[in-house]
Amino acid sequence: MGAEALLEVKNLVKHFPITRGIIFSKQVGAVRAVDNISFTVNKGETLGLVGESGCGKSTTGRVILRLLEATSGEVRFEGRNILDLSPREMRELRKDMQIIFQDPYASLNPRMTVGDIIAEPLKIHGLAKGKERQKRVNELLEVVGLASYHARRYPHEFSGGQRQRIGIARALAVKPKLIICDEPVSALDVSIQAQVINLLQDLQKEFGLTYLFIAHDLSVVKHISDRVAVMYLGKIVELAEKNELFDNPKHPYTKALLSAIPVPDPTFKRERIILQGDVPSPINPPSGCRFHTRCPVAKDICKVKEPEYREVGPNHWAACHLN
Amino acid sequence: MGSGRFLTRERKLALARFFRNWPAVFGLTVIVAIVFTALFAPMLAPYDPEEQFFDGLSLTGMPLPPNDTYLLGTDLLGRDLLSRIIYGARVSLVIGVVANGVALLIGILLGTIAGYFQGRLGLVIMRFTDLMMAFPALLLAIALAAILRPSMWIVAMVIAMVNWVQIARVVYSQVLSLRRRDFIQAATALGARTGRILFRHIMPHLIPTVVVWGTLGIATTVLLEATLSYLGVGVQPPTPSWGGIINESQSYFIDAPWLIIFPGLAILLMSLSFNLVGDALRDAIDPERSGSNV
Repeated sequence: MGAEALLEVKNLVKHFPITRGIIFSKQVGAVRAVDNISFTVNKGETLGLVGESGCGKSTTGRVILRLLEATSGEVRFEGRNILDLSPREMRELRKDMQIIFQDPYASLNPRMTVGDIIAEPLKIHGLAKGKERQKRVNELLEVVGLASYHARRYPHEFSGGQRQRIGIARALAVKPKLIICDEPVSALDVSIQAQVINLLQDLQKEFGLTYLFIAHDLSVVKHISDRVAVMYLGKIVELAEKNELFDNPKHPYTKALLSAIPVPDPTFKRERIILQGDVPSPINPPSGCRFHTRCPVAKDICKVKEPEYREVGPNHWAACHLN
Repeated sequence: MGSGRFLTRERKLALARFFRNWPAVFGLTVIVAIVFTALFAPMLAPYDPEEQFFDGLSLTGMPLPPNDTYLLGTDLLGRDLLSRIIYGARVSLVIGVVANGVALLIGILLGTIAGYFQGRLGLVIMRFTDLMMAFPALLLAIALAAILRPSMWIVAMVIAMVNWVQIARVVYSQVLSLRRRDFIQAATALGARTGRILFRHIMPHLIPTVVVWGTLGIATTVLLEATLSYLGVGVQPPTPSWGGIINESQSYFIDAPWLIIFPGLAILLMSLSFNLVGDALRDAIDPERSGSNV
């Protein structure tokens, strides 16, 4: 690696306040959805971000795009802290970073034709007009494996996989540098998942895209990512190059996740690490290491002291006392 | 896509769908007829609606039932009912369409703003709406109408002022759920401005609600005007209005049912027609309902 950083996230925090009272509301607590995370996404790479439901991975994606306002921290895109940008500057920057949503049924306006949906970013940013725009829409449709006559149809006339392709075409319309893929295949049938993932990979090669790939499916992440970050309860617990992470996980949470990947070999026996209990509430996270309540190897220190997130091997970062 | 010509492919299809729906065509015909009647009332009405005919009452002073001279009979003062209904179309149409339209406009505007911008502004708007809801609408209308000098247009505005409340509330709740939908987030992520999001992405989804409330509101407003007239703060007599005719004559329902039945039918026909047209319009412009019959 050692490439140029496109996106740097530093000490990013997103707390959702919990308030009581209607007119004179006061804050009585906070859901600590994202709690001080840092990572870098290099130009041209795919960083996978995995974790259980509710661990804050989607929130991270939306804070980076400023669909949600961060509580504190920095998000640097090509060196500029985008959290400081004015609404006008931010609109301009949105050409460079786009998002693909999880649910292809909810992310397309049902009252617009597919052509209008894909043309919208071109209109917003004044990128193409008239015939030119129509040509561009047709190009985009072909790029994602649809045909130009699809432009006149409405989203409900398409299958889930086709709709996701439409969402991808819309994101591509502005020629972005970074695309945040927020679980882009988890709502699709397994047979379709592979098609969409391969499409994403082809597009990455063709347009030199950078992906932040959010998912909970480890096999998908392994297939598409260069590096992988594992999140637990609002924190990144481990980050490493893909093969390093899958072959040599350092954090017990990562180990537990990896042991849950099904292996297509019925004779293969391995140790399954089954986590007990549920994810604790992010309103009141456990003291010390957040994972200690479910960690099979927790020691006394884990309950008291929060482990430092440090480099435990070359380009391999983890937050665990036991390394 | 949709920008260049007025009659795009989608719009042509929508029109075709609309005209294939016979109840809608019926409704549209009735509406056109009512508008025509209101515009050309002096030419269509057989008599002056305000003239009290000497032979318009029976010897005992009873209103006459429908007969050859007075096709729909006469009212309590011996005036020709048909002429009064024809002229009444003017007031009722203005009240039903204008008052209701203004109420819809205010309701949509305030509901959308409150729903989309939440925060302090939304809070203030919605508490005010609650206040208006809790306040008896009739009392407010009477107060407003009494302060201002009652005329047809004033009455229309008074009705609009009290009728926007429910619409605002319904629209508010719709917008509240819409703004969280992914496609709105997607538009934001694409850099769409607030105006674009409101008009291109949120408003079109309000159409079904607005159509239902708008068409239901026509009957309600026509009857509210009747109530106001009855209480003396509506359109002033002798100007006829459909609701007004019913109210004048309601105590004689048993002896002179035609005085209730004919203006009642007129109100029913008008609100039914608007309802049919509204429903058909809603279906015609909703892409998801269109699949089967194209």
